[in-house]
Amino acid sequence: MTKQAERIFVKGNEAIARGALAAKCKCFFGYPITPQNDIPEFMSSAIIKAGGDFVQAESEIAAANMLLGAGAAGVRAMTSSSSPGVSLKQEAISYMAGSEIPAVVVNMNRGGPGLGDIGPAQGDYYQSTRGGGHGDYRHFTLGPATVQEAYDLTIRAFDIAFRHRTPVLILGDAILGQMKEPIVPWEPENIDDEPGRDWCLDGKTPDREKRLLKSLFLQEGELAGQNKHLQAKYDAWEELTECEQFETEDAELVICAYGSIARIAKSAVRKFRSQGKKVGLFRPITLYPFPSKELKALAEQGKRFLTIEQNLGQMLDDVRLAIRTVADSDFYAIYPGNLPTPDELEEPILNSLEGK
Amino acid sequence: MSEMNEKLVFDRPKSVIDRATHYCPGCHHGVAHRLVGELLDEMDLAEKVILTTSIGCSVFLYNYLNVDAVEAPHGRAPAVATGIKRARPEHFVFTYQGDGDLASIGMAEIIHAANRGEKISVIFVNNTVYGMTGGQMAPTTLIGQTTTTTPAGRCMTHEGAPIRMTEIIASLGGVAYAARGSLDNVKNIRKAKKYIKKAFEFQLSGTGFGFVELLSACPTNWKMTPLAANERIQKEMIPYFPLGVFKDVSEEGGIC
Amino acid sequence: MSRIVVQEDRCKGCLLCTTVCPVDIIVQSDRFNASGYKVAEVPEADADKCTGCASCATICPDVAIKVYKTPKKKKGE
Repeated sequence: MTKQAERIFVKGNEAIARGALAAKCKCFFGYPITPQNDIPEFMSSAIIKAGGDFVQAESEIAAANMLLGAGAAGVRAMTSSSSPGVSLKQEAISYMAGSEIPAVVVNMNRGGPGLGDIGPAQGDYYQSTRGGGHGDYRHFTLGPATVQEAYDLTIRAFDIAFRHRTPVLILGDAILGQMKEPIVPWEPENIDDEPGRDWCLDGKTPDREKRLLKSLFLQEGELAGQNKHLQAKYDAWEELTECEQFETEDAELVICAYGSIARIAKSAVRKFRSQGKKVGLFRPITLYPFPSKELKALAEQGKRFLTIEQNLGQMLDDVRLAIRTVADSDFYAIYPGNLPTPDELEEPILNSLEGK
Repeated sequence: MSEMNEKLVFDRPKSVIDRATHYCPGCHHGVAHRLVGELLDEMDLAEKVILTTSIGCSVFLYNYLNVDAVEAPHGRAPAVATGIKRARPEHFVFTYQGDGDLASIGMAEIIHAANRGEKISVIFVNNTVYGMTGGQMAPTTLIGQTTTTTPAGRCMTHEGAPIRMTEIIASLGGVAYAARGSLDNVKNIRKAKKYIKKAFEFQLSGTGFGFVELLSACPTNWKMTPLAANERIQKEMIPYFPLGVFKDVSEEGGIC
Repeated sequence: MSRIVVQEDRCKGCLLCTTVCPVDIIVQSDRFNASGYKVAEVPEADADKCTGCASCATICPDVAIKVYKTPKKKKGE
């Protein structure tokens, strides 16, 4: 990796678009929905200038299926949307998981259920980490918390997608998408952006067998075999978990939070530390695979836990699964439509710290 | 008798794999597959083809054509083909879809791919019924036709009228070519092949979207013998779904 | 003369071929293939009537018919 020194001041949405271009994304398929519109708007000219192609699709369904087509052809491609639109993309995501087609999907999580609102929310955690569509599958999910991380993880998402032949979801929210921060863009080296891998569709030449990407397996035992193969792939991802630990070493209470909420919680942790209170933060960066081993290691040191999410308690399940043999976690819900300040988190943190 | 001079004048095209199909006796999918295969051979396309199959009986087309293929979700083949073509503009991309797939669940995808003028070709097999799921009403089911979901026959006031896709597609700006053929007799089959060839040529020249509808029989779900089903195409389908070329930009001076 | 060869394991007995033969020589045989279909055939007595027009092969949904044609001798040859 070679860092370019120049800093730019951009929204999280634009950082994702720029990260995709740095990762040599060649096709973008978009559809308008707030709060992610900056991504297709930026891409509509930038990706064409970069020699790629942009389509404003007729729906999120179509955009995700265009992504399936481009991925099947072995070309780096991306789509972005927000919660209601991502529900529509689940059809293609399930097919891509079943057919092992690589692609990058962005969800700038907004309030729900239904049309919800257009503010920040984390209500799509279950959908993002349990497969989301029909059938028995998982996909990689990355949860950036800063604009720089949004840029970095987008580059990483393409690498994971093609290395593991899987859809990869980048789960942000309205705060991340709409907030401007300075970032340092960089270009990854050694990107394998030349198609010609041994699975992708590039025309059957006489020297090879025809290639077929499908998720229909009707013969006896065939689907079981495919799903076992997928299971082995997902199991191997457990080596690829990533998390940020902030002041956890001597912490009595560890706050578990991801994305924008983790960032706010981090400010609260700083404040408690300045008062000499032993609070730390555990922030999963890979939401699937979830960094269970890392979290369990903290639990084994006898720490207490408080999960804070902007939903009714979803990642809480993963936290509890990780630490279930040694500890439990308290939970504090932040409701959509309101952006908490670090001060608002003080009371729940204090309560957990004192075991109330 | 001089068998020395004998020539093999009709044989399986190279692009069609030598295996039995899963189709029922008298089903016209096999004819449509063979026409496509003959053209892939004759136009030397096999090495640059990426096929997008749909959902329905024809999903297994990928088992019968010796080309690279991807399986699209129900109705989404034109969107998947759009993605492939945008990713690999130098390849030859076509979809093969039935009437339930294309004219019902996939209506948005086919209309917008056509209207954008995607440089792809679409083979649309219309047999007025959902075949693989057991003979339910399709958007193209004729008025009065009994299906498993219209046991008393399709009723205009309850189910609406059968959709004429080629006419709709021909009305869209990005379309270079739209034609409807039939697979019920030798003359029509030969003409249908010419239509498909023309649609393929419009993709190769980068002109625009090509669409060919093929009226086909589904004896099993029509509950008819293959011969009676074949006759139904002339008697009932062609009067409602007229044959011919509905749009050909080479005769109109092209699209911008 | 011309002739057709029906690949019997592929024939599904739909009989579409019998409807398009201009000399009307294709019939359903008494033979069943492994799939249980009664296959189409040209009885030997009619074999020399085949014109090699390939209509039967053109309508066959199962690519089960091959057509061989012998060029006609020009008059006077």
